[in-house]
Amino acid sequence: MNFEPKILGILCKWCSYAGADLCGTSRKKYPPNIRIVRVMCSGRVEPTFILKAFEKGADGVLICGCHPGDCHYAEGNYKTVRRFPLLKKMLSQLGIEDERVRLEWVSASEGERFASIVSEMTEQIRRLGPFSRNNGGGNG
Amino acid sequence: MSEPRIGVYVCHCGSNIAGIVDVEEVTKFAQGLEGVIVARDYKFMCSDPGQEIIKKDIQELGLNRIVVASCSPTLHEATFRRVCQEAGINPYLFEMANIREHCSWVTEDKEKATEKAKALVSAAVRRVIYQEPLETREVPVNPNTLVVGGGIAGVQAALKIADSGHKVYLVERSPSIGGHMAQLDKTFPTLDCSACILTPKMSLVGSHPYIELMTYSEVEEVSGYVGSFKVKIRKKARYVDEDKCTGCGICQTKCPFKVDSEFEVGMGKRKAIYTPFPQAVPNIPVIDREHCAYFLKGTCRACEKFCEVKAIDFEQVDKVVEIEVGAIIVATGFNLFDPTPIYQYGYKRLDNVITSLEFERLVNSAGPTGGNIVLKDGSTPRSIAIIHCVGSRDKNYHEYCSNVCCMYSLKFSHLIKEKTDAKIYQLYIDMRCFGKGYEEFYDRLSEEGVYFIRGKVSEVTDQITSEEGKLTILAEDTLLDSVIKLPVDMVILSCGLEPQLDADKVTRLFNISRSADGFFLERHPKLDPVATMNDGIFVAGCCQGPKDIPHAVAQASAAAAEALAMISRGKVEIEAATAVVNEELCSGCRICNALCPYNAIDFDEEKKVSRINEAVCKGCGVCVAACPSSAITGKHFTTKQIVAEIEGVLV
Repeated sequence: MNFEPKILGILCKWCSYAGADLCGTSRKKYPPNIRIVRVMCSGRVEPTFILKAFEKGADGVLICGCHPGDCHYAEGNYKTVRRFPLLKKMLSQLGIEDERVRLEWVSASEGERFASIVSEMTEQIRRLGPFSRNNGGGNG
Repeated sequence: MSEPRIGVYVCHCGSNIAGIVDVEEVTKFAQGLEGVIVARDYKFMCSDPGQEIIKKDIQELGLNRIVVASCSPTLHEATFRRVCQEAGINPYLFEMANIREHCSWVTEDKEKATEKAKALVSAAVRRVIYQEPLETREVPVNPNTLVVGGGIAGVQAALKIADSGHKVYLVERSPSIGGHMAQLDKTFPTLDCSACILTPKMSLVGSHPYIELMTYSEVEEVSGYVGSFKVKIRKKARYVDEDKCTGCGICQTKCPFKVDSEFEVGMGKRKAIYTPFPQAVPNIPVIDREHCAYFLKGTCRACEKFCEVKAIDFEQVDKVVEIEVGAIIVATGFNLFDPTPIYQYGYKRLDNVITSLEFERLVNSAGPTGGNIVLKDGSTPRSIAIIHCVGSRDKNYHEYCSNVCCMYSLKFSHLIKEKTDAKIYQLYIDMRCFGKGYEEFYDRLSEEGVYFIRGKVSEVTDQITSEEGKLTILAEDTLLDSVIKLPVDMVILSCGLEPQLDADKVTRLFNISRSADGFFLERHPKLDPVATMNDGIFVAGCCQGPKDIPHAVAQASAAAAEALAMISRGKVEIEAATAVVNEELCSGCRICNALCPYNAIDFDEEKKVSRINEAVCKGCGVCVAACPSSAITGKHFTTKQIVAEIEGVLV
């Protein structure tokens, strides 16, 4: 069976979304498995978004923000850095494998980096197989 | 909320989208989505006829929400928001699906690209249902402008703005304005003397009633937003009282200590108290603490003794001044590539291997040799090789072309011909003479008897003895398809231009981005070349990319025009997407208070609730995500909207 993972990308508007745009402008190809949603800052990401994604059929979630120190809002991504381990902890309690959720820094000039992150993550999730909404967390 | 009546418009973007994505299928798919009244596809949605289609549908079909599936919102969100507004819909009831940059341009498989485009359209449609009308806010524009960097770009921008009668603060970190252009001898292709065209502009800056010049100063902190930035500037201690100093120069004559001059790129000396060059603006020296005998050993004070107006002040300390401006122009220039790491070219290892900037000083009549082109032993070179693309067009260093090296190398040939009988070899990869009068200059030089050799130099060595020259160039002549050995007396390395070494720090300071080559990133490479992603902050000159003087000047004028447009309008629209607290839900825990990077959240002690100052809020949403009672709404990025988009994108 050919498994095509669905990956949700949540990208901050200033660096990472612009980085993904640059990737397009430079015509760098990456797997179509990622679907991008734009937020103002990676610090806007709520755990609900990730849980909702898994509930609605995502096999992985990629959160991208500006590099530490480069945040458009001075320090929004530092909040992300602090929150991410808590999110991971919660996800592991729910039985969601660690590899399914990633936090990466992509600047507005790193189009190529974005493409390679997406390619790599798509392959990783492909190897991991589809996310089963019934494995853990009781009723799933 | 009224019943959603959505119009979806799928753009072909010529073949940019339609070449990969089946736009008709996406349109058909959109037609079937909940709330969609009409879905159409069109060649170019952003064109006038494209915009008309939307406007007509809004009026005739009573649409109240619009989705355009086309390029990145960074490019055309503003365009389509305006279309909505003109047709009577609040611009925030518009949503864009990025099916070009995020889909057709990055996907090879047509079927998969079409599927992805459908998902992105479905996300935008679901999201737009929950979008709410918002009022754009207008803020006043402070009519003062800050220009950072006093090279030709900064000087030009400052003069253009100041000439219109608006105040400009020009900040330069070295003791004088002038930048790299002040170091150059002649300028291509006209061969007019650099100083002759630059120094009048410099003195205009120095005496302009609307320019406050701050040299030997650096920007330390930038806060605020477009229209009203607050900037802290550190004025480094000069140890010379600027008000008293007359610029007579006696202190520089009497100072007993000589050190390498930065301006002369190590080819000449300066004193410990110095102005970088005689035409410096302002003509007020600084004391270099690190080399001043008084600061090092506690004695000397020769300058103080001889200064008639008592301008020397060893007690001076750095001062931090705070200014308010509406717009900022960043013109921080470039750094010349240091060829030392290219070991095989022998720079700093072999005598008479010099950089292009060193040659500029050598050939300059105001330079250390009075303009005589001489070897280290004082003799005149009989042959000179100019190696192009040093550090440029080289995967080991910088992949980009530095734009100016071909032309200044040609200029060097002419200057050498003027002053010596030396044979000149140009070792180039490609000659790039792209500007007005440049190709003609190249032709002229070809006729002046310069040897052009197409090929990359592999090594410069002093290990092959020859009567003709002490250095030997080993290179490949790709036109003759042979390896050549070229004995020469002098080698000039035509070094590329690279970002300033602290460009990274500067991007953080002004919250702007850099492109992959390390230069500052403009908002759009063609249509918005001086704006940045940070509203109210513009870039000009070589800090944005290598360029020659005419282009730097043109870009600086463009940046000045951008700033003046803001000033003349007197107000700017700012993002309506701020955060608000629902006081009924707020428990008064104050978690958000400390999180806000802008201190926009105050606590109402009486009501025990937090309140957001919308004028200060920039809408990042950090507080929204943190509120344990979900009492904060991030307008235009509400949880409902984002979740709807997530659901839509995963269909």
